[in-house]
Amino acid sequence: MGFKNYCFRKSLWVFHFGGASCNNCDIEILDCLTPRHDLERFGILLVGSIRHADLLLVNGSINKHDRERLVEIYKQAPKPILVVAIGACGCTGGIFADSITFAGPVDKVIPVDAYIPGCPPKPEAIIAGIVKLVNKRR
Amino acid sequence: MSRKTLIPIGPYHPLQEEPELFKLYCDGEIVKDIQWVTGYNHRSIEKLSESKTYEQVFFLVERICGICSTSHPFAFANAVEEIAGIEITDRTKYIRSIIGELERIHSHLLWVGLAGHFLGYNTVFMWAWKYREPVLDLFEMITGNRNSYAMFRVGGVRRDIENHKIAEIRRVLGEVKSKTDLLTGAVMDDPVIHARTKGVGVLTRQDVIDYGAVGPTARASGVAIDVRKDDPYAAYPLVDWKVITSEAGDVFAKAEVRLLEMYESISIIEQCLKGLEKEKEGEINVKVTEIPEGMGNGRAEAPRGEVFHFVVSDGSNSPARHKIRAPSYVNIATFKKSCIGQTIADATITLAGVDPCYCCTERLAVVCDAHSGEKLMNAKELIERSAVRTASLNKEFNCNK
Repeated sequence: MGFKNYCFRKSLWVFHFGGASCNNCDIEILDCLTPRHDLERFGILLVGSIRHADLLLVNGSINKHDRERLVEIYKQAPKPILVVAIGACGCTGGIFADSITFAGPVDKVIPVDAYIPGCPPKPEAIIAGIVKLVNKRR
Repeated sequence: MSRKTLIPIGPYHPLQEEPELFKLYCDGEIVKDIQWVTGYNHRSIEKLSESKTYEQVFFLVERICGICSTSHPFAFANAVEEIAGIEITDRTKYIRSIIGELERIHSHLLWVGLAGHFLGYNTVFMWAWKYREPVLDLFEMITGNRNSYAMFRVGGVRRDIENHKIAEIRRVLGEVKSKTDLLTGAVMDDPVIHARTKGVGVLTRQDVIDYGAVGPTARASGVAIDVRKDDPYAAYPLVDWKVITSEAGDVFAKAEVRLLEMYESISIIEQCLKGLEKEKEGEINVKVTEIPEGMGNGRAEAPRGEVFHFVVSDGSNSPARHKIRAPSYVNIATFKKSCIGQTIADATITLAGVDPCYCCTERLAVVCDAHSGEKLMNAKELIERSAVRTASLNKEFNCNK
């Protein structure tokens, strides 16, 4: 295990970037933290600043207005950082891929480590995705 | 001369799930002015809708907002059914209303939780979201998905609620009701919540009328507007219920209205279930052969207020024009009245108090060319342009007949 992977061994702190989304993925992400799923018991915590984060969750299609901001946030992130694209819009653009303001799915803007498809993915799917990602880094 | 400090909230702020930028101009602790910058969430849905068939548009409008993902299809169905003159069956009416009211319960619980979170009272947040889960499970049982339900189509619904599922729905509603009692008791009696929300972000009755606010925001200031009563649709005229209002207009009154509305929703669903038992299973669709030329207005009461859809049909299989107005668009304008004069700490809960949903609200504004940087439009030019556009639309679709 290299030093980079060693960093991801324990509590992952998460920064959530909501792109041009319909809010469904956002509430399912919050749902993961509330009592039924309660990810905070594993040390997974939503943080307010990207500079504190180990993991960047991006959901929603990225529009022309968001694009530069997502790049800027990615630049500010302490490296190494894991990037996860959530939902059909984050992975491919989904139903909004034909939109005139669409600026590409997340992986056209920043490098992505894992994709969690679904519209919206259930909290269980989000948890399974993160667990797979973390296990793969070990 | 006083100096103002600019405090930006957003666009990617831990307090908000959605990207939105508020600029608070403060003098010391007091907010003197507020500006709101939008566009981070724009997806050009009205334009996309013109390229899809009527059946497909339902899936699109459902994804305008994930929390009110029944209200938009509801309003769109009302609009298209008005164009085609379709009378839906009673069983469809009941099913539509049940889904609409279940959504209201889950949305209001979500708001109560988030409001607690904004106050720094995370216990309320965790409770409310825990008690919201059974409602989502119910959705999963009825529709197959927790959030985007895909229940609506022109002239009916996609799935029936079979009679053997009714007992389970009643059981969950009973559970939700007892938890709502607990939550209402906890919120209404808590001295901390009283201290933080009473007299905060007050909107008077006149402010509500001036700004055209809708939904619980208006009802908390004593304006009893509710599309379900004013322009009845689906099963709402068939059941007995009342519009909840409160007089104070502050954040506490808004919370009170939402909590009490949940009881009304539970009662509406129980009456609809009784109606459902009397109707024959499977009668959920009427045959629709074509959508004729014409225009239709569809309204529906979302958890946040009136959703308005305007559809123009040219006789083809997709809308020629589709205009959407979501409730948050008018409710957010009331911040100019409610936030100014508050302290910064109270401004956040005032912003959250109208239950703003920014993904419904997005508009695209082009004020200058990004490449050449020229042509800045001012308000007068925008109004003139809008008048010209309206006149040309009127001409195109013969609105003045």
